[in-house]
Amino acid sequence: MKKFTKAIIFFLAVVAPLLIVTVALRKPAPDHAQLEKLRAQYPARHQSGVDHSKMEILQQDFKNPHQITEACLSCHTERGMELLHSSHFTWEREAFIPGRGVTYLGKKNLLNNYCTGVQSNEGSCMKCHAGYGWNDKAFDFTNQLNIDCVVCHDNTGTYAKATGGGGYPVMGEGGPDYKKILGSMGLPKSENCGNCHFLGGGGNNVKHGDLEMALLKAGRNVDVHMGVDGAHMNCVDCHSAENHQMKGRYYGVSSTNDQRMSCEECHTAFPHQKSILNEHSIKVACQTCHIPVYAKVNPTKMYWDWSTATRKKDGKGFEEKDAEGNVTYASIKGDFIWQKNVEPEYTWFNGTADHLLLTDKIDTSQAFVKINTLNGAYRDRNSKIIPMKVHRGKQPYDSKNLTIIQTKLWDKEKGKGALWLDLEWERAIVEGMKYVDMPYSGEHGFIATEMYMPVNHMVSVSSEALSCKECHTREEGRLATLTDFYMPGRDRNEWLDFGGKLVLLGSLFGIIVHAAIRFTASRRRKLAHQHKA
Amino acid sequence: MKKHKKVYVYQGFERFWHWNQALLIFLLALTGFEIHSSYTILGFETAVDIHNKAAWGFIILIIFAIFWHFTTGEWKQYIPTTKNLKAQAEFYLLGIFKNAPHPTEKTLISKLNPLQRLVYLGLKILMIPVMVISGLLFMFYRYPHGNEIEIINIDNLEIIALIHTAGAFAVIAFVLVHLYLITTGHTITSNLKAMISGWEDLEETEDENEVADKKENDHETK
Repeated sequence: MKKFTKAIIFFLAVVAPLLIVTVALRKPAPDHAQLEKLRAQYPARHQSGVDHSKMEILQQDFKNPHQITEACLSCHTERGMELLHSSHFTWEREAFIPGRGVTYLGKKNLLNNYCTGVQSNEGSCMKCHAGYGWNDKAFDFTNQLNIDCVVCHDNTGTYAKATGGGGYPVMGEGGPDYKKILGSMGLPKSENCGNCHFLGGGGNNVKHGDLEMALLKAGRNVDVHMGVDGAHMNCVDCHSAENHQMKGRYYGVSSTNDQRMSCEECHTAFPHQKSILNEHSIKVACQTCHIPVYAKVNPTKMYWDWSTATRKKDGKGFEEKDAEGNVTYASIKGDFIWQKNVEPEYTWFNGTADHLLLTDKIDTSQAFVKINTLNGAYRDRNSKIIPMKVHRGKQPYDSKNLTIIQTKLWDKEKGKGALWLDLEWERAIVEGMKYVDMPYSGEHGFIATEMYMPVNHMVSVSSEALSCKECHTREEGRLATLTDFYMPGRDRNEWLDFGGKLVLLGSLFGIIVHAAIRFTASRRRKLAHQHKA
Repeated sequence: MKKHKKVYVYQGFERFWHWNQALLIFLLALTGFEIHSSYTILGFETAVDIHNKAAWGFIILIIFAIFWHFTTGEWKQYIPTTKNLKAQAEFYLLGIFKNAPHPTEKTLISKLNPLQRLVYLGLKILMIPVMVISGLLFMFYRYPHGNEIEIINIDNLEIIALIHTAGAFAVIAFVLVHLYLITTGHTITSNLKAMISGWEDLEETEDENEVADKKENDHETK
C-alpha cells in the first residue's frame, strides 16, 4: 500500500506539473479556415451581365459629354437620382454635429491644410468631381445631365478630365475615344478611384499617405488586400455600394459614425486565435496593430508651410527639389516636408468628427488650430484607438477677425487675383473671402494647423503587425501620448514602485544583518567552547 | 536535552501543494514584473502567456488546497493565538543569537509557531485572495468580451493594477523572509529536509502518546 502511495506522490509531485506545463505552453495549431474562405471569395472577378459595346445608343458620335449621361440614363433610369444624392456628386453630407446642429458639410465648403479649399477654385478642383461644369456657385446640382458617369465606370483607363475644365474632359480634337470607353463601361476599377483618391492634394500620395498609385502594382508587402501576388482586391471589393452610396468614410470631411467600412465585416470581431488579442479589439481598432507604417513606397506630405509661398527668383516663381525629386519648395505653395515609411500617430476615435468652419473663431492661445477634430476618449464606449496621419502646416488666417482664410488659388488667366498665377497674397485672400461671403479685415497672418486623417490602408501581412512591446513599454511606446488610461507595461505608480522596492531592500537588509549576527554569535560560541575544552 | 523523535510532519499532498505553489509564485513573480516592464527576460508576449496560465494553475491548486485543509482539519493550524507570541518574537530578535531553545514546540497538531500562524493566515485570507481577485479582474475587466451585455465592466484598470502590483511586492517580501527563516530550524537544513521528505526530528512532548497515536492512525488509514 505504502509503495503505491509513494508512486502516486511521485507522479503528482513531478510528472503532473511537467505535463501541465507542457500542455499549457503548447501552441495551438494555426487555423486559417476563415482566411481561406475569404481568399476564395474575394479574388473572383465580377462578370458583367452586359456588354456595353453591343449597345446601339453608345455607338453614336457624342458632341458633348452631357449626351453620354443622357444615353446612360436612358437605360439606367433611376441611377441619376441616386447620384444626385451621392457625396461623390454633392461633395457635402447632411450631418448632425453636437453644438452645431444639422450641418451640410463636405469638400464643397470645408477647409484643409493642403490646398486649403475648393471655393473660388472650382474650375481646377472639379477635375475630381463626378460631374461636368462645376466652375462656380452657379453649378446646378439638380440636373442629372451634369453627372459624369464615365469617370468612375470607364474600364479602359483612358478617360481623363481636362485640367482646369471644371470637370469636363478634353473637348473635341484630342478628346477621349468614347466608342472604346463606353463599350468598356463596368464596375469601377481601382484605377478609376485612384485617379482622384490617390492623387489628392496635388500629386501622388500627397494627401493620404496610405492611398497611392503604387497600390495598383505593389505586392502583399505593401497592402495585403490589394497585393498583386495576393488576393489582388479592388477598391470596390470592400467599398461596396448600394444605390451609389459607397461604404467608407474619410473624416477630413465626414462627421458621423455611419456608413463606415470596417475590417470586422469580413474578418469578424474575433479573428485571432489568441483570445487576448481578440480582447484588444474592444478598445483597439484592427488598423492600429496591422498598419505599423504607411507611405511604404512613395513619400507623403507631412508638413506644408504656406507662409513662405510667393517668393520669386528673377521675378518669377520657382521650385526646389530634394535628392529624391520631391518638391520641397514651390513659390505657388510654400515649403513641404515629405516622409516615407511613416509610423502613424494614435488617437481615440468614436466615428464622429467636427470641423473648423470658415465662420469659426480661432483660439490663438492654442499652439495650433485643429482643422478637424476626431472625437473619442478611453471612457467613451464607442471609441477605439486608431492610427492616423497628422498633417501639420501653416496657413493664412485673418489676424483681426480671427477666422481661417479661403484663398483664391486658381483662375484661367492671370490678373484675376489667383495666387498660383499672380503670386500675391493680399489680392488672393480678398478674392477668396469675397467668394465665400466672409469679411476680411485686411490683415492676415499664418497660423499653425493640424489635420487628422485616419489611416486605413496599406495593411501589412500579419507577421509585421505591431508586437506587444511597441505599446506595452515604459518609454516612447506607440501609445505614449494616450494617457487617459492605465496600460500594463507602460504605466505604474512611481510611489508604489518606490515603496515596493524599499520593502524588498529592507527585507533583504534585515535578513543579511540577522544572518550576520547569527553567524558571528555562533562562531563566538564555538570558539568559547573550544577555549573551555 | 530533550529526546528527539522522527515524525511524519508534512503529508504527501501538503508537500505537493507547497512546492507547486512555490514554483507558481516564482513563475508569476518573474513574469509579472516583466509585464510591469521591470526587466526583459522572456519577452512580453511569452511573459503574459505564462503569467495567465500560471494564474489558472495557481487557482486550481488553491481550490485543491482549500479542500484538503477542510477535509483534514489542517485549517486549525492557522487559528491565531497570542500565547507565546511575544516570546516567539523575542526569540527571533534575541534568543536565536544565544542559541536559546525555540519557545514554541513543533508538534503534529501545532506545526506553526504563533508568528507563523499570524503570517500564514494573513497570506491565506488576505494576500492570496487579493492577488487572485485583482488578477481575475485584470483578465475579465470586461466580460463577456465584445458583447453588448456585460457582467463585469470596469472603466479604469488603474486601481486594480496598483493593488495587484502592491500585492506582488508584499508576496515577494514574504518569500524572501520565508526563504531565510527556513534556516532557523534545529539545524540550518532541518526545515528544508522536512518539507522535502515529510519527516522531521521533533522534540518529544508530554502529549507524545497522543502524537504517536495519531501517527499510527495515519499509517493505518493509508
